[in-house]
Amino acid sequence: MADTGFDVIIIGSGPGGYVAAIRAAQLGFKTAIVERDFLGGICLNWGCIPTKALLRSAEIFHYMQHAKDYGLKADNIGYDGAAVVKRSRAVSKRLNDGVGFLMKKNKVSVIWGEAVIDAPGKITVKPSQAEAPKGALEPGAYQAKHIIIATGARPRVLPGIEPDRKLVWTYFEAMVPSAIPKSLLVIGSGAIGIEFASFFRTLGAEVTIVEVLPQILPIEDHEIQAFARKSFEKQGIKILTSAKVTKLNKKADSVTVTVEESGKTQTITAERVVSAVGVVGNIETLGLEKLGVKTDRGTIVIDGLCRTNVPGIYAIGDVAGPPMLAHKAEHEGVICVEAIKGLNPHPMNRQWIPGCTYCTPQIASVGLTEQAAKEKKLEIRVGRFPFVGNGKAIALGEDQGLVKVIFDKKTGQLLGAHMVGAEVTELIQGYVVAMNLETTEEELIHTVFPHPTLSEMMKEAVLDAYGRVLNM
Amino acid sequence: MPTNILMPALSPTMEKGNLAKWLKKEGDKVKSGDVIAEIETDKATMEYEAVDEGTLAKIVVPEGTQDVPVNSLIAVLAGDGEDVKAAAASAAAKPAAVPPPKAAASAAAKPGSAPKAAEAAKPEPAKASAPSQAAPPPKPAAPSAPQPVAGGGSNRVFSSPLARRLAKEAGIDLARVQGSGPHGRVIARDIDAAKSGKGLRAPGAAPAAGGAAPAIAPSMSDQQVRALYEEGAYDFVPHDGMRRTIAQRLTASTQTIPHFYETVDCDIGKLMAAREEINAAAPKDKDGKPAYKLSVNDFVIKALALALQQIPNANVSWTDSGMLKHKHSDVSVAVALPAGLITPIIRNAEAKSLSAISNEMKELAGRARAGKLKPHEYQGGTTSVSNLGMYGIKDFTAVINPPQSTILAVGTGEERAVVRDGKLAISTIMSVTLSCDHRAVDGALGAELISAFKRLIENPVMMVV
Repeated sequence: MADTGFDVIIIGSGPGGYVAAIRAAQLGFKTAIVERDFLGGICLNWGCIPTKALLRSAEIFHYMQHAKDYGLKADNIGYDGAAVVKRSRAVSKRLNDGVGFLMKKNKVSVIWGEAVIDAPGKITVKPSQAEAPKGALEPGAYQAKHIIIATGARPRVLPGIEPDRKLVWTYFEAMVPSAIPKSLLVIGSGAIGIEFASFFRTLGAEVTIVEVLPQILPIEDHEIQAFARKSFEKQGIKILTSAKVTKLNKKADSVTVTVEESGKTQTITAERVVSAVGVVGNIETLGLEKLGVKTDRGTIVIDGLCRTNVPGIYAIGDVAGPPMLAHKAEHEGVICVEAIKGLNPHPMNRQWIPGCTYCTPQIASVGLTEQAAKEKKLEIRVGRFPFVGNGKAIALGEDQGLVKVIFDKKTGQLLGAHMVGAEVTELIQGYVVAMNLETTEEELIHTVFPHPTLSEMMKEAVLDAYGRVLNM
Repeated sequence: MPTNILMPALSPTMEKGNLAKWLKKEGDKVKSGDVIAEIETDKATMEYEAVDEGTLAKIVVPEGTQDVPVNSLIAVLAGDGEDVKAAAASAAAKPAAVPPPKAAASAAAKPGSAPKAAEAAKPEPAKASAPSQAAPPPKPAAPSAPQPVAGGGSNRVFSSPLARRLAKEAGIDLARVQGSGPHGRVIARDIDAAKSGKGLRAPGAAPAAGGAAPAIAPSMSDQQVRALYEEGAYDFVPHDGMRRTIAQRLTASTQTIPHFYETVDCDIGKLMAAREEINAAAPKDKDGKPAYKLSVNDFVIKALALALQQIPNANVSWTDSGMLKHKHSDVSVAVALPAGLITPIIRNAEAKSLSAISNEMKELAGRARAGKLKPHEYQGGTTSVSNLGMYGIKDFTAVINPPQSTILAVGTGEERAVVRDGKLAISTIMSVTLSCDHRAVDGALGAELISAFKRLIENPVMMVV
């Protein structure tokens, strides 16, 4: 009979859960992780990672089509949709195996099945349909002083637009299409919707985005939104904002969608529809109601150290509220476990969590948008620098983009940074470090940025905010 | 837009000042740098220079007004091309800037004290004074919260750039802020907390004072002091550890210990005679060296040690939670060194013979001058003696060496005219002054102690019994 008592049991092995498990093991806790589907969760298997693999294929395809711009020749350019998907799945598999390896290396027990919390300290794991990896513990009753809920989220379903997984997709189906559709309608323009729109458009699909709010990428800075929109439209993506899908009329191999846009109604026919209207927390099957764990609008309510209102029960990641991002989940996992150990970690400052969207052009941001800063009645200084002023960007053939920074006028605190353009998802971290170290404009101006790099624009934007821009 | 001229903070601690004189009239043109008013603080009268240009549209606070809170509106300046009348009216329409709320106005913790004019007028308080305050206390009272780290040798307070800027704007001394960042780094939220007085330590020795000590004015910054003297008119000698410790401990002593002083004249005629006899009778070794040679100070040590045994309530140390009543008289004796001083301790002095005290003192003083004392030989002690008699000093007061409660300052023994039995006479008199920590030793108790000392020193035979 296997040992069923642990110090820490984590429910869910996504980026929040498995990182929490490793940290717990590092701190000497006897740790187990419960998973019902796939190690690594959505992020590794059906989210962040496989979509990046798809987008990379699209990006290279795009460059091949524009080989001439770089003095290169490429004939008979095309793609093999099945091979593109196969590569994406192989990438996921590799990382999925990697999580299994990390659990083993850190001596974290994997319990295979679906967990229900019976009482603080006690869980029952029921069998799941997915095949268990080798060495996983059987379903049954387990005990742990500390139970961390890291069950993540799933696609939100809007009434009338229920995905049927054939004509109306969620990200699950959109990630493994049997063929690239000729036309696609994407409902929702958050990161997920925009990334799929970008991918399928690059591979030649006619793409329409329908967004209920007045602008796409609703959480981004207005200027970045407008820049991105113009860029998408130039690529041939049709964008309808302040628009609502009111009806789906499914045919054999297409869907006719009724869209209401500022009072006017139109119908659009597309081969496939992707519903990307956000995600909701997986809170239903855990037995939270019986335990009295407080929830709010589909997510678990936690304090700064990821504790729920019930002692011994914690929650991290998507299931514990927005922003629903893998890196937020990972950091909460670490904070949660360190707090349990009594290490006095600092609660996370949600203001300083960066966000990235991997469309073409890429979008990355952290902190306050200009509109949010103004709503807070802050006095600000804004600096901008366009890609056209940067030597490396021109050399790359990527001269369309913008870096924008927002400072507190009085204190010089960096309040926000917003970027659109090539590789900005790799640049944003410079500003994030600066924010966490509480630098002011002075230190950023005093820092030497390497030449020639795209990062030079980050310094120029700061200089611009203080009337000192050089290369403009 | 008209510019509001606000009451400047001319020192980091200034909360209000008197508007002594206006040097410009309403309607006068003002250039940046013009002296527009004289502001009187408790320490000095300062000239107030304009930062912006324009026309003095309205004087809100008339000259001669006392106790004008810092940051309150005192005048309005109309910019070039602006309607002077409209600017003046704007002053009337707007309520005067509210002075900082009383609760938050404790010394340096002043919220929002950074209007442009005041900023320019005040000579960089927080940043510059930080290093001088940050000397690590020699014996921290094991505080549970992390301390701002003082880097090796220097007195750097680790802090974020934003925290430094916020502290400067708020006039908060960074060295006094309890850091909550990694390794005790001071971060922005600590300054926010400090503005409302949270997590603020008294300067210097605060941990020993329990953290709740009242805020005390920071001293002048290095730059401020240097600015008073011409470059080249002085040599700059960096402090060594001993100098810092002396400064830190004695500053803490005078800032946290309520001192009072009691002086008596002691007739040491009998003592001088006894000393001569005793020294003459000292056995000599084969080189002709006497086994002991008592000094007046040896008698002082012994007398003070015995006096403390007679008045045990004065042989105490103050702590926040209670009094330490010492059983033995451990007498620290100040020994002057070329670059400072140190106080080796004669322990259990009440039980030691004069010759033992004398020899031990000579040995300790020798090693003190050679820099070879071990910490336990100069740390602790229940009272101190500081003797400047050999310099001819008649009478002086000494600063208590915490955590002791008393120190005896000993002057020179000299022949003085005294009245005895209604007649003028000549006696050898030595004036001594006892400094007492009033938290631990009240006036009458101090008087009992110094009287006991006087009886013993005037009748040295009593030291023998």
